[in-house]
Amino acid sequence: MRKSTDSDLVERVLAGERLALARLLTHVENDTPVGREALERLFPFTGRAHLVGITGAPGTGKSSLANRLAMAYRKLDHREPPRVAVLAVDPTSPFSGGALLGDRLRMKDVTGDPGVFIRSMASRGAVGGLARTTAAMAQVLDAAGFEKVLIETVGAGQSEVEVARLAHTVIVVDAPGLGDDIQAIKAGILEIADILVVNKADLPGAENTFRNLRLMLDLTFPEEREGLWRPSLVRAVASTGEGIPEIIQAIEAHKDFLVKTGSWAKREEARLWGEFESLLQAALLARWRDQVGEEAYQQTLSQLTRRQISPWQAVKKLLERDSMISE
Amino acid sequence: MEERKIRVLIAKPGLDGHDRGAKIIAQALRDAGMEVIYTGLRQSPEMIAEAALQEDVDVVGLSILSGAHLALVPRIIELLRANGQEHVKVFVGGIIPEEDVPVLKAAGVTEVYGPGTSTREVAEAIRQAVLGEEVH
Repeated sequence: MRKSTDSDLVERVLAGERLALARLLTHVENDTPVGREALERLFPFTGRAHLVGITGAPGTGKSSLANRLAMAYRKLDHREPPRVAVLAVDPTSPFSGGALLGDRLRMKDVTGDPGVFIRSMASRGAVGGLARTTAAMAQVLDAAGFEKVLIETVGAGQSEVEVARLAHTVIVVDAPGLGDDIQAIKAGILEIADILVVNKADLPGAENTFRNLRLMLDLTFPEEREGLWRPSLVRAVASTGEGIPEIIQAIEAHKDFLVKTGSWAKREEARLWGEFESLLQAALLARWRDQVGEEAYQQTLSQLTRRQISPWQAVKKLLERDSMISE
Repeated sequence: MEERKIRVLIAKPGLDGHDRGAKIIAQALRDAGMEVIYTGLRQSPEMIAEAALQEDVDVVGLSILSGAHLALVPRIIELLRANGQEHVKVFVGGIIPEEDVPVLKAAGVTEVYGPGTSTREVAEAIRQAVLGEEVH
């Protein structure tokens, strides 16, 4: 149906055509042959963008913050402000497979700007705060010439550490009234923060949240050390724009730090290797599923349902069927 | 490759501030397995067309209660076409006088729904409009 809109996608994306970019993102999101081939061809053009993750619990204001950051980057006092893309991930309903993607609701200020591209995506069953294809979609935006790619996670909370693997700089957004200091200490999410933002700083309790986070930082990073990044802690009110310049400053300072210490290159390497490994796992799993065959698979699942075998026995049983991987 | 996901943009062009209907339909389409991008109140035709482009949607659903549909809807369709998105199906819901329905359809609207329409009917019509065309 859309043959004409899908021809020469790679060339058109590199030439800056927005419709082609939107189409290619769909292909990559759906993992189509067109998308895969395009990714291969675009790979040499990637590795330039600064990927900035934005994570935190629901309702902390991640989308509003992304909106403000995009706006602020576009108004930076440069002859040519950076082009900004936003990838906003929302959860897929495990019941219907559908999703309500509402992050654009908070990003109205930048919709008319040709230097900004916002794309919503559903998590499609992936856990960890991102969708399986978020990294690949960020690569497309990188190749398309967006210097800043803001990646907003689902926001389910403490287990959202996937973004740390993908992004160069991770912003963790907190807000008053979400939990006591124990929440802040136990949550693995704080350990991935390069920048901690206390959003809604005009609300009661914000000072408490701020103090708790500062205390936690003081405990984790008792002294300044060469080559060690101490997360910045910033108060903000995303709805009014308060604190946004400070966050931009922190993002850029973190980038300079990464480049200066060689961590940028190391993170890139770790990311590429991680991507390779997860692709390898997915490919092996898919190949294995093909070999096992649907019938045996379903049969095992129904035995499992009837509790005739345990989940681990089910795995062993299927693996034993497979000549490639024997116990 | 996973099953084909239908992507729908639900938008409220114009100035009326009633988004109950838009929210209900957004939720119903999500429950029907679609990916629904909800953009909220007071969207200009330009904002809607730009969002439809960036999100590469199959369908744009417009909820209009203000009476400005004859000005807003053809403009949005014009912008979609200008952006190269002539394949996007446009559905309209809200308070639309009967005599305006043919006018909207002539402008390129696939279907118009008034109050009391079942959300299941809308979801099915969208599925037909998007997937039906791909089969042929």
